[in-house]
Amino acid sequence: MHETAVANAVPAKRRKSRLDAGEGRTAFFFLLPSLIGVMLFLVFPIIASVVLSFTNWKLLGQPAFVGFANYTRLFTADPQFWPVLRNTLFFTAEYLVLNIIISLGLAVWISSLKMGQRWFRVIFFLPTFTPGIAVAIVWMLIFAPDGFFDFVMSSLSIHIPSMLTDQTLAMQAVIIVSLWAGVGYNTVLFNAALDMVPANYLEAARIDGASAWDRFWKIRLPLISPTLFFGTVMTAITSLQVFDQIYVMTRGGPGNATATLGYAIYQRGFQNFQMGYASAIAWVMFAMIMALTAFQFWLQRKWVHYDN
Amino acid sequence: MTTRAKAKADAQRTLALDILNHGALALVALLFLFPFFWMVSNAVRSNAEVLAIPVRILPNVYEWGNFAKAWSELPFGRFFLNSMIVSVSVTVITVVVSCLSGYAFARLKFPGRDQLLMAYLGTLMIPGIMLIIPLFLIVNNLGMVNTFQGVILPVAFGTFGSFLLRQFFLSIPLELEEAARIDGASRLRILVSIIVPLSMPAIGLLSLFTFIGQWNNFLWPLIVMTGSDNATLPVGLTYFQTQQGTAWNFIMAGAALSMIPGVILAIVLQKLIYNSIALNAGMGGR
Repeated sequence: MHETAVANAVPAKRRKSRLDAGEGRTAFFFLLPSLIGVMLFLVFPIIASVVLSFTNWKLLGQPAFVGFANYTRLFTADPQFWPVLRNTLFFTAEYLVLNIIISLGLAVWISSLKMGQRWFRVIFFLPTFTPGIAVAIVWMLIFAPDGFFDFVMSSLSIHIPSMLTDQTLAMQAVIIVSLWAGVGYNTVLFNAALDMVPANYLEAARIDGASAWDRFWKIRLPLISPTLFFGTVMTAITSLQVFDQIYVMTRGGPGNATATLGYAIYQRGFQNFQMGYASAIAWVMFAMIMALTAFQFWLQRKWVHYDN
Repeated sequence: MTTRAKAKADAQRTLALDILNHGALALVALLFLFPFFWMVSNAVRSNAEVLAIPVRILPNVYEWGNFAKAWSELPFGRFFLNSMIVSVSVTVITVVVSCLSGYAFARLKFPGRDQLLMAYLGTLMIPGIMLIIPLFLIVNNLGMVNTFQGVILPVAFGTFGSFLLRQFFLSIPLELEEAARIDGASRLRILVSIIVPLSMPAIGLLSLFTFIGQWNNFLWPLIVMTGSDNATLPVGLTYFQTQQGTAWNFIMAGAALSMIPGVILAIVLQKLIYNSIALNAGMGGR
């Protein structure tokens, strides 16, 4: 209706406008299913999450606005919050660094092979395509007291406490599992980027007498640095949200040793039904994701090389 | 003589190094595959043997029947079916909705198109775990807790598909649709009979990653499906942990069964997966 009125008001452009109006209507119907879904399940929840974080809603009864009380409580009164924040940062830092080093190492190693590259890629990628819960359950058995891991350690005469029940080692167990499950995607990503480095660059450098080490640091690494950057940012975002492994293997324990922000959201929201408080934790997580991403974008100017 | 002999010795040395290189990585790969082996090895022994000290690498007695027993111990067939229903439904809805909106973004003119596209891209930065609470409240208010609609609908309208398919549709030459338009074909007709058949690589990719993502999804079904019969596979697996202690052998059998679709897809579609990840690598996040 509106479109026709507008079209009549501008007679010179009438024909074109009518066509456009028709297209606009078609576009509206094409977009409608997506728009309804996005409004209902994405935009509205985002707004609701902000609003909730300023209430004390406990699922039952009437919520009341409490201003910044949830946030104040988080930062000043909740004895569990700082350990949870520290655990999350610790997990992300160690996991991120190890993931990038291992996957880059594997990618370079795979690309040095003359045969069977694709089979090695499939093998390292397999955990990516399997349920994280199944993965976590097997590792739980491996790390169980007197399980396979303890068996190997005692065979090597290394005496350490059982991983999952020890306050300081439990997080290391979670990181090992996460690495096993998560390294494959980046390995394939970096391997694909290495495949795209033009062979004649490397050949020219070789003829000029550059060592394999120099060719890696001065040619291949700079050329794949945009992909490396992309992989690092995506891995950081997902690792700040870690949940599945922790839920299955430790439930945040022993003590609070492996409770992360993702686990805290679940625990506060769906076990204690503190929906408002849990929403506040979710926004702290969002702030951390944004801050870390912004930091990485700032840092990229120092090490990422773009061709153009 | 000397140069030829030297070349031959060099070739032999590179060959030896090559074999060593392949062998060493094969060893690393085998170590990496160990958890899969451990899963199956423990799935086919008695629970007492799983917990026996010291650990045995291979079972004393092979109980292959454990796979069937695990299947009937809990309504495992039901979990499998539930997972299938959820994954397939989400995939179908995602593909249909993304085709429609992707086409609108790629080919139709309407006011605010570019701004809307930017807004869609912006939503990709919102981490999924953040929205769990409001989504649960919405599902709860719609009376969809413990229903398939409740698990399926909130995750079926992601914006990534719209963006992915738009990018692909843009690469299809306009001339291909113009003839059909002159003949009076509607936009929907053009989408269904020209654009979609030409976009099968992108649609296949979107389907594959949506299906696997849902098959492996844990937190959302865990929250929405509270009754045990409605659980999806990953949630169902955790039930072995609480009922009368932990039946480790059955968990392992169940976990192995839950991995089958993903492992088959990863092996069969390795080329498609590599190409799609390579596309990411090529764009380098730009």
